[in-house]
Amino acid sequence: MLPRFWRKIRYRYNLVGTYCENCRTYYYPPRNLCPKCRRKSKIKEVQLSGKGKVISYSIVHDAPENFKMMKPYVVALIQLDEGPIITSQLVCKPEEVRVGMRVRAVFRKYGEEGESGIIYYGTKFVPDS
Amino acid sequence: MVGIVSYGTYVPKYRIRVEEIARIWGDNAETIKNGLGILQKSVPDLDEDTATIAVEAAREAVRRAKIDPKRIGAVYVGSESHPYAVKPTATIVGEALGIGNEYFAADLEFACKAGTAGMQMCMGLVKAGMIEYGLAIGADTSQSRPGDALEYSAGAGGAALLIGRDGVIAEVEGTYSFTSDTPDFWRREGQPYPSHGGRFTGVPAYFRHITSAANGLMEKLGLKPSDFSYAVFHQPNGKFPVRVAKMLGFGMEQIKPGLVVSHIGNTYSGSSLIGLCAVLDEAKPGDRILLVSFGSGAGSDAFSLIVTDEIENFDRTPRVWDKVMEGEHIDYGLYVKLRRKIRFG
Amino acid sequence: MRRVAVIGVGCSKFGELWDMNFRDIVISAGIEALEDAGLEGKEIEAMYIGNMSGGRYLAQEHVAALIADYAGLAELHIPATRVEAGDASGGLALRMAYMAVASGVHDVVIAAGAEKVTDVGAETAMDILSSAADREWEVFCGANLPALFAMMARMHMDRFGTTEEDLARVSVKNHRNAVNNPKAQFRREISLEVALNSPYVAEPLRLFDCAPISDGAAVVILASEEVAREYTDTPVYISACCQASDYLALHSRRDVTTMDAVVHASRQAYKHAGIEPKDVDVAEVHDSFTIAEIIAYEDLGFTEKGKGAELIREGVTELNGEIPVNPSGGLKACGHAIGATGIRQAVEIVLQLRGDAGKRQVDAEKGLALNIGGTGATAVVTIFER
Repeated sequence: MLPRFWRKIRYRYNLVGTYCENCRTYYYPPRNLCPKCRRKSKIKEVQLSGKGKVISYSIVHDAPENFKMMKPYVVALIQLDEGPIITSQLVCKPEEVRVGMRVRAVFRKYGEEGESGIIYYGTKFVPDS
Repeated sequence: MVGIVSYGTYVPKYRIRVEEIARIWGDNAETIKNGLGILQKSVPDLDEDTATIAVEAAREAVRRAKIDPKRIGAVYVGSESHPYAVKPTATIVGEALGIGNEYFAADLEFACKAGTAGMQMCMGLVKAGMIEYGLAIGADTSQSRPGDALEYSAGAGGAALLIGRDGVIAEVEGTYSFTSDTPDFWRREGQPYPSHGGRFTGVPAYFRHITSAANGLMEKLGLKPSDFSYAVFHQPNGKFPVRVAKMLGFGMEQIKPGLVVSHIGNTYSGSSLIGLCAVLDEAKPGDRILLVSFGSGAGSDAFSLIVTDEIENFDRTPRVWDKVMEGEHIDYGLYVKLRRKIRFG
Repeated sequence: MRRVAVIGVGCSKFGELWDMNFRDIVISAGIEALEDAGLEGKEIEAMYIGNMSGGRYLAQEHVAALIADYAGLAELHIPATRVEAGDASGGLALRMAYMAVASGVHDVVIAAGAEKVTDVGAETAMDILSSAADREWEVFCGANLPALFAMMARMHMDRFGTTEEDLARVSVKNHRNAVNNPKAQFRREISLEVALNSPYVAEPLRLFDCAPISDGAAVVILASEEVAREYTDTPVYISACCQASDYLALHSRRDVTTMDAVVHASRQAYKHAGIEPKDVDVAEVHDSFTIAEIIAYEDLGFTEKGKGAELIREGVTELNGEIPVNPSGGLKACGHAIGATGIRQAVEIVLQLRGDAGKRQVDAEKGLALNIGGTGATAVVTIFER
């Protein structure tokens, strides 16, 4: 998993997405082809603002192995202001989260490959006042 | 003119009170609060570490500098709690800032003064014309042995200073270091918690190095305590910086604006730098600031800074004191979970 | 295109089959299907196997040849092919077999589905199943399958007023149906209270909203209409078998509360079979999570978008209702043997249409099976008629 994580570090540490200049649509995670224009796609990389709102969420109690220490934790579908919806963790108390809540991106740890393995960093969100 | 172009800070939101830790160990909270001059300390979340703190502080610094991150030519991260023993934190910061690949980088360790060591390195590179901007970061999420006196003070936080020539908000008038081989506090390779020499950390270590560095700098620049509007000394607790100020001839009004330790604890490599940033938040053009760090082992870096007119145009929000004073109090059980003092499997 | 008939069905027990390995399970289902069809074995011309992850559940790939081998077909040297689409792998195998017969390439073809999951722990089993979602951009964030379906449920509740009680009703119904299914994993009724008091797995989904991950295998034998007549007087015909795909990750979809792949596959299937949703007499749908069954009601056109919960509230999908759904007990109570599920659903519909479903028998001429992969990036809809 090490090269697999490393390869996309640029897009995980920062919300670098893609933008299709042909149909003016933003995508995150990044895409090589625009699903609306396909071969006519004019894709370029863009830094997204990291601001958005929660459109759905879940509080995970039965956590996967890597996330055991974090439980209960909040995962959410977040619609960025530029349009795309992304799956991310929300750093807040479970009782705080609401649909429609404004959030902003922060740099956090997602997990690690055991105590002696590499650490996965990435983007999470926090409530934005 | 070489100096600070921008700064950013980060303090995790959780706090644990002295009373809560004392409750577990049967200590007298009032005695500890009086003895250490600490009310509470900051605690990192499970997904926070020195790298995430360094990134958040650095992002604030770069955002407020309003510069293209690609113009940053060096990243030095000072910490005694780097997430990896081998593999730099600086590269994580560089990538998260989008600096590109052409930059000097290294992790530094000199107990609590690795951040100011980074400042000196960046100053040198800027002065030599080798880089346009350099980023010096001090950040820590220091561990402490459960039940040890350090548990009351070992906090988490960090600050990032952007050093450069253009748009300087605080010029570095001079810097001076005092270094000796003094084993007052250490952590052996592979050990989870640091050890210390108890009262030996005082006179032969903290006080000797800070007073020597401060006096050395003032002598070199021909300055006296009354020439400074503010003074910031490393803050391992709330008592030492007050006492060292007194020894050097500084008054409470000079050190109080930067004395953040009582609410967030000792943030190690972040400690004196967060104090400096709190002072910069309120400083006016022409103010002179003395900064003296202390790192066990041992050494002190002293700096004399003069605030420039540029500070009037600098965005100083959110303010350091707001970050220091806010926070959410947790109990010892959650603290133990967050600091991973319990482990699965 | 030739008309395709099902001439034999077989199914293993579903559940924690501690004393059976992968081969034992598949062969138990296969023998049942051969006996049901009255075949000796040498008549079989090809085999398609739905299996999601022999590689991770068993560290065994190349399972198509393995199954052909242990089914005693090695010396016949038939083409044996494994297909994979997460937990829609079984549905895919059925479709491949259907196409092989309909096209005239083969006359008698086996469609099988099999998964052996209990050789790894429950957490690993869920992690493997979660790889039917987007590993890099969903599961990496801690959004495993329960969390993703939970986010679908949350939005469905927010938008349409579906409640946790509605979700629990799906579970209660499917448990009640499974009591009369001798192959089912959980053959006991549960009360609404028990379901609603079970712990949260991923809010708003509770333990009783989640299907188990089970061992199991199922086999159907397909034949051309002409050949079918040699073996049975009561063939069940496949009048359509359609498949559609969608964005892999939930976050990329047009609408989080709609599975467009189900909409597309079912619309094609209805058209191909010349029927409408109201003509469906019985259905097996993919209730890996209770919300998926409610969304399936809508996306299959049994009701309008947003009104799925009304069907469960009003008893429309109960065994004695207008459109009985999951008479077998569904994935929730019969068990979810991942790659086997799509074939197991087909077995149930065939039994129902033949009148062989015992105490859970409903009156039906046309039946539908919906098998989805992950959160719905693959959907296979098959329509059967007698």
